[in-house]
Amino acid sequence: MTRETTISIVIVAGLLAAAFIAQAMGETFYITLATRMAILGLAATGLNIALGLGGLVSFGHAAFFGIGGYAAGILATHAFNSEPLLLGLPGTNQMIVIWIAGAIAAGLVAVLIGLISLRTSGVYFIMITLAFAQMIYYFAISWPAYGGEDGLSIYVRNTFPGTNTLAPMSFFLICFGLLVIGLVFFALIRDSRFGAALQAGRQNDTRLAAVGIGPFRVRLVAFVISAMMTALAGALFADLNRFVSPSMFSWHMSGELIVLIIIGGVGRLAGPLAGAIVYVLFEFALGGITEHWQFFLGLILLAVVLFARGGVMGLLAGRARHG
Amino acid sequence: MAEPILDIRDLRKSFGALKATDGVSLDLRPGEIHALIGPNGAGKSTLIHQIAGSLKPDSGEIRFEGRDVKPLDVAARARLGMGRTFQVSSLAPEFSALRNVMLAVQARQGSSFRFFKPVMHDRSLTEPAHEALARVGLSDRADVSAAELSHGERRQLEIAIALALGAKAFLLDEPMAGMGPEGSQALTTFLDGLRAEAPILLIEHDMDAVFALADRISVLVYGRIIATGTVDDIRNHPAVREAYLGDGA
Ligand SMILES: Nc1ncnc2c1ncn2[C@@H]1O[C@H](COP(=O)(O)OP(=O)(O)O)[C@@H](O)[C@H]1O
Ligand SMILES: [Mg+2]
Repeated sequence: MTRETTISIVIVAGLLAAAFIAQAMGETFYITLATRMAILGLAATGLNIALGLGGLVSFGHAAFFGIGGYAAGILATHAFNSEPLLLGLPGTNQMIVIWIAGAIAAGLVAVLIGLISLRTSGVYFIMITLAFAQMIYYFAISWPAYGGEDGLSIYVRNTFPGTNTLAPMSFFLICFGLLVIGLVFFALIRDSRFGAALQAGRQNDTRLAAVGIGPFRVRLVAFVISAMMTALAGALFADLNRFVSPSMFSWHMSGELIVLIIIGGVGRLAGPLAGAIVYVLFEFALGGITEHWQFFLGLILLAVVLFARGGVMGLLAGRARHG
Repeated sequence: MAEPILDIRDLRKSFGALKATDGVSLDLRPGEIHALIGPNGAGKSTLIHQIAGSLKPDSGEIRFEGRDVKPLDVAARARLGMGRTFQVSSLAPEFSALRNVMLAVQARQGSSFRFFKPVMHDRSLTEPAHEALARVGLSDRADVSAAELSHGERRQLEIAIALALGAKAFLLDEPMAGMGPEGSQALTTFLDGLRAEAPILLIEHDMDAVFALADRISVLVYGRIIATGTVDDIRNHPAVREAYLGDGA
């Protein structure tokens, strides 16, 4: 097992242990913090496929996070009110159905955004993905049927077979389970033929084309997979807060996901999770003292960029190895 | 005479007022090494770019195995069998030498949309890659990242990649540049044998190598081919002596 894998397992296991300790101490608030870490970690792991493996600096992943969130909000609202959704189809409060719907919706939107934005690169790509996400943000604000600016409440947390999702530990375990699946999926992709092509394209797309692999299709598929995973996290986020609002679509959210990855380690297996842990801890520790806690987070970010290029994972596991 | 693998007719390409390719016609036949020589800035690399698809000619024809390749992009031309090396090495710098070659092997197998099987445990990728590295003498450097290879080793690696692609024609842009006398000697011997596998369009400044290897030589000056012929024809061609080889050559 590589050092990268070992460290990643330790971080993941640490999160699980923290939740169980919180449970044993009866501190449900800490379980909620751990759940937030797992969800943000999953969202950023999704982005890490595009950004870390593919070098695609999407500044619009909030679009997918929000689509997942609204899928949960809209489907649950229709189920709650027993109103058919569209084409006579009902809403649902089944998480599994919501996840699938959210991921598919985000995947379709990602195809559209990708087809256009992936023809550009560098700063243009960043700006175009940002522009698409902002379009969706303004659309959500001006859509009164689903709460407009005020957002949408989920009155009862959606359900999952065999558990009471209202119990904090049960909901944590669902999110944790999906996080683990997301991380395994990331590792498999990274080590696969597809991952080889994707990472080669990040390093040098002239080389990729010269061996006969068209970079565009590889990136489009990566972008879509990436969007779907982030959407899944968005659906969980909606259920955690029992509330969705257009802020899930905002550029702050996209920026936050990028920041998590940079703090944790770009392209590293547990990088996004490590970033999410640091982020949520900071928010918790300093958020109560000063509302300018993000300023201090900015200082950390600066330190990482200047002195610890590989982020948390770089410090713990050394430089990335590519076999 | 056998059908040419690569056939270029009246190719033209200008950069503003500069005619980098000015009505070039040239072909590459099975089993041959066709050397393309000419002074710096003559348009040799520009020609390779147009053949491989990374530059679009203004006019003219490029046929590969009888097929018009102008509508095809770089990746599609590579899949047809153009094995190209770059004048300035172009590799995936973070990948090891082995993984750079494995990328070509997987491309040749046409299977880059597989998501779950780890490549490092896939012997259908690693074995052909090791073979290609062995052929160019890079076996003991397989695990070194491309960024850490020496200049000469990177050139060798590019050739290994072209081998692993199963190229039907090699387009080599100054493969010996910066290699040192021993490296050039070894590569000359290697290319000598390689022509039996697939013909080579060889751009090279090392005249010893060119005269030792070439079946035919074309001389490019200011975007025009001023002479094509055997080694002896070119050695004795007055315009070539004047324009390129200089006195005493
Ligand atoms: N992309 C480009 N834009 C403008 N001029 C170019 C470009 N590429 C090459 N040139 C010019 O075209 C001429 C031929 O260049 P090149 O093909 O690299 O020559 P060679 O490989 O024979 O040394 C040179 O004068 C060079 O400066
Ligand atoms: Mg050149």
